Parts: sequence; C-alpha cells; structure tokens
Amino acid sequence: MMHTLTLHLGILRAALRHIFASPLAGALNIAVIGIALSLPAGMYTLLQNVQSTVDKISGTPQISLFMEMNVRTGDVDVLRKQLDQNLAIAGIEFVPRDRALEQLKHSTGLADVIAGLEKNPLPDAFIVHPKSGEARELEALRAELAKLPGVEQAQLDSAWAYKLEALLKFGRVAVLILAGLLSIALVAITFNTIRLQIITQREEIEVAKLIGATDSFIRRPFLYFGATQGLLGGIAAYLIVTAGLLLLNSPLAALAQLYASDFTLRPLSPGDSTTLLLFSMYLGWMGAWLSVARHLSRIEPR
Amino acid sequence: MISFNQVNKRYPGGYQALKNVSFNIAEGEMVFLTGHSGAGKSTLLKLVAAIERPNSGSVLVNNQNVGVLKGRALPYLRRNLGIIFQDHKLLFDRSVFDNVMLPLQICGFDHRESVKRVRAALDKVGLLDREKSHPIALSGGEQQRLCIARAIVNRPAILLADEPTGNLDADYARKIIAILKSFHQVGATLLISTHDSNVLSDTGVRVLALQHGELQPAPTGAVPT
Repeated sequence: MMHTLTLHLGILRAALRHIFASPLAGALNIAVIGIALSLPAGMYTLLQNVQSTVDKISGTPQISLFMEMNVRTGDVDVLRKQLDQNLAIAGIEFVPRDRALEQLKHSTGLADVIAGLEKNPLPDAFIVHPKSGEARELEALRAELAKLPGVEQAQLDSAWAYKLEALLKFGRVAVLILAGLLSIALVAITFNTIRLQIITQREEIEVAKLIGATDSFIRRPFLYFGATQGLLGGIAAYLIVTAGLLLLNSPLAALAQLYASDFTLRPLSPGDSTTLLLFSMYLGWMGAWLSVARHLSRIEPR
Repeated sequence: MISFNQVNKRYPGGYQALKNVSFNIAEGEMVFLTGHSGAGKSTLLKLVAAIERPNSGSVLVNNQNVGVLKGRALPYLRRNLGIIFQDHKLLFDRSVFDNVMLPLQICGFDHRESVKRVRAALDKVGLLDREKSHPIALSGGEQQRLCIARAIVNRPAILLADEPTGNLDADYARKIIAILKSFHQVGATLLISTHDSNVLSDTGVRVLALQHGELQPAPTGAVPT
C-alpha cells in the first residue's frame, strides 16, 4: 500500500517537474486555462450575488393597496372586511400612514428630508399577502383589488423581481453555454499539450515499451500531468474571480452607499470553489486521456 | 527455452528476411548468431521479443507462442528478456543510474531494493563510478556496457544481444563478451548476434549461421556442441 503510494507520488512529482521544466510555457498554459474558466465562474458568481439579493428583498410576493388620502376610518373597516372575505388572499396587514412615515424615516436614512416636511405625504395602506405565487394570478388579483372603493392604487411589489428572475434564468443558460464551450477549449488545450509531450518523449516511450512497460504505466504520467495542469488552471481561475470581486467591491461600495445600502459582492462559496477545482482537474484529465488514447497506440518500437 | 519452428518473416514490400528457420536453444545455453549484414540476425532477435511477428511458423519462448501473443501480454514477456540493442536505446535526458533504474520502475520494484540492484548491475559492467554521469558523456564502449547493465538489472532468464561488439576494438569486444559469458555461467540463456570473427573464434560456443534468411547447416570456424 505504502509502496504503491510512493510510486504514484513519484509519478506526480515527475508530472510537476514536467510542467515547470519550461516555466513560461507551463505558466502560459495555466493562465489560458485560468482565464477561460474564470469567465463562466465569474459570471456565475455575479449571478449568484444578484440572486441572493433578489431573494432577500423580494421574499414572498405581496400587493400594496394605497388608500385615497381623504379616506375615513369607516371606509377602511369596510375594505378590511372585503379583503378578509377574498379567497385569494392569505393574510392582510394594515399600515396606518403615521407608522409608514416612521418606517420610512428609519429604513432609508432620509430622516432629515422627512423632518422637513410640513405634513405626512403618505396614505394609509394595506399589505396583502396573496395565496398564489404565480405571476398571472397575482396580476389578476392586483387588478381586482385596484377597483375596490377607497383604493387609490394597487401595486404588485415583487413584479420587478419576477422580471429579474426571468432575466437571471436567461443569464444562467448563457453561463452554461459559455462554460460548455470553454470546457471544450480546455480539453483541447490539454489534448494538444499532451500530444506535444508524447512527441518529445517518443524515444522514452519506445524504450519503455521494449523493456516491458504496460500501457497504463506509460499513460499514467500524462494523465497526472493533465489533471495537475487542470487543477492549477482551476486555482488560477479561482484567484482571478476572487481578485476581480475584490477590485469591483470598492467602487460598488461607493455606489451602494448612494442608495443607502451595504451591498457587497460575496466570493465563491466553498462548495462552488471545490466544484470549480474538481471540474477543471477532471477536464485536464479527460483531455490527457483522449490525447494519450489517440497518440500512444501509434508508437510501436521497431 | 527458445524454439523456432519453420519460421518465415516477410516485411511489407515483399522482402523475405527469414526463410523456414527452425532451431532450439536449451535453457542455460549460450548461442552465437552470425551471418553477413542483412542476413536476418536482427529480425530473428526481434521475433523472440515479439517486436516483429512471423508470417508463418511458431516462435516459442518459455513454451509460450510469442508470435500470437496479445498486445496486453507483451510487457510481461519482455520483462523476462534482457535486450541489448545494437543502437543502445539509452535515454539521454537522465543519468546512468536512472537509465538502469527504468526497468525496475516499470516492474514496480521497491525503491530501496531497486537502488541496490542498480548498483550491483553497474558494478558488474564496471560503471559504478559513473552512475551520476549522463550517457552522452560515455564512450561507445561504456554506452554498450550501460545497455548491458540495463538489460540484466531485472535478472532476466534470457539475454538477447544484437551486435554487442559492433564498432568496438578487439580488446574491448573481448571484455564485453567476458561480461556476457559471466551471465551464462550463472544460468542465463544467451542469444548473441555478431559478425565479429574474433568473437566467433571463441570455442565451445554453438553458432547459428544465417545466410540470406536461411539457417546454414555447418557453420565455419566454430565447434558445434
């Protein structure tokens, strides 16, 4: 067991030596793989960030019913009863105009502006929690509620979130396509690197075959090389994405402050990072395997 | 140990390298294979190592028909053979020591045991003090000895040598043959191709003579055993 491990470690060391035997070529290969992978990985990270922000803000969809400014308490009670009887509604919440103003003061940092107002510009409002989350039903309910007496305006709060969700779906598909194409490119890069290696080590392969090396013995260093190069490329991609996010974060923080938010881009999660590394390692391995399968059988000693 | 039965070998293009060759080499026997250049000596050795396949007839090595051996089984046949190549086939990107180490690495030998064996093999051919050199720094004769060390480090039962004394002066050639003979003395089966008359004058060694691909019944200048 220990003995087998030592043998494999020896092959791995040789693979690393091969990569760094020509440091520039090795580094360029790793950089190409890293850049190729960082594009989809970076886009994915941005999408994840937008997604989690959307999730946080939108939560479950709700409809805001703004009352007319001159509405009386009795009218509010009538409306409340009507809403309670509506089967499409799961629950309601009444927000009196005074409380709405208080909330606005606390949540947005516009306290100075609000303090300067002569009178409360906000109407009484109901927040309606619909039973359904489906976009079309929500829109139908909103239209129905807008016609109720005393209602000035009915607003579907998360309409924008649905539109964004659709946009994100589009983005995810685009990332998948990009990732697929660049994966093929990565396999091709490794395929070619290994092909060149096989050509330069032709003599060694011939001699090894002549003195009894099995195909798997000859194949192994190339596979290890491909996997190692893929892994290093994955690490490069991770570093590129992380550095990119760090660079984006400081101008973004300035921007977010203008909107009184503390939004920052979060880096790749540990799970996603591991997936990235394993995936790039696998692609390297596959490129090497394809190349070896194609080129090694052609080398027969004479 | 090695047995040819009516072996024919024709290369693509129609050149007939071996015609109806039959012979037997017993276990532990040492045999010279001789003939003019192009007589088929190299082809015969390649058939033993399954580097080439016969067109007809059978080549038995250790009672195994190597002519029909599957590709996957080849490595295990070759691990039982020590081959000394005419062109040495040394690897110039590594040291003398690592060249001899290669067959043991291929067989997956334990590292410490391997180091001992490599040193023993280098000692046997007189290259122990050159283990850190690169083959490029060795003379032709030293390269030949290095090739021998690599062939024997695995302690194979059969040694094949293709013109081991080619391009060497008579004195050096005698040394090489003496080294090879020492393996014969410890029980290895040897098949050595040569057209060196000095080597062939060595008495008491059976000689197989090839002429235009055919085995000659009565070789000259040697005593059959």
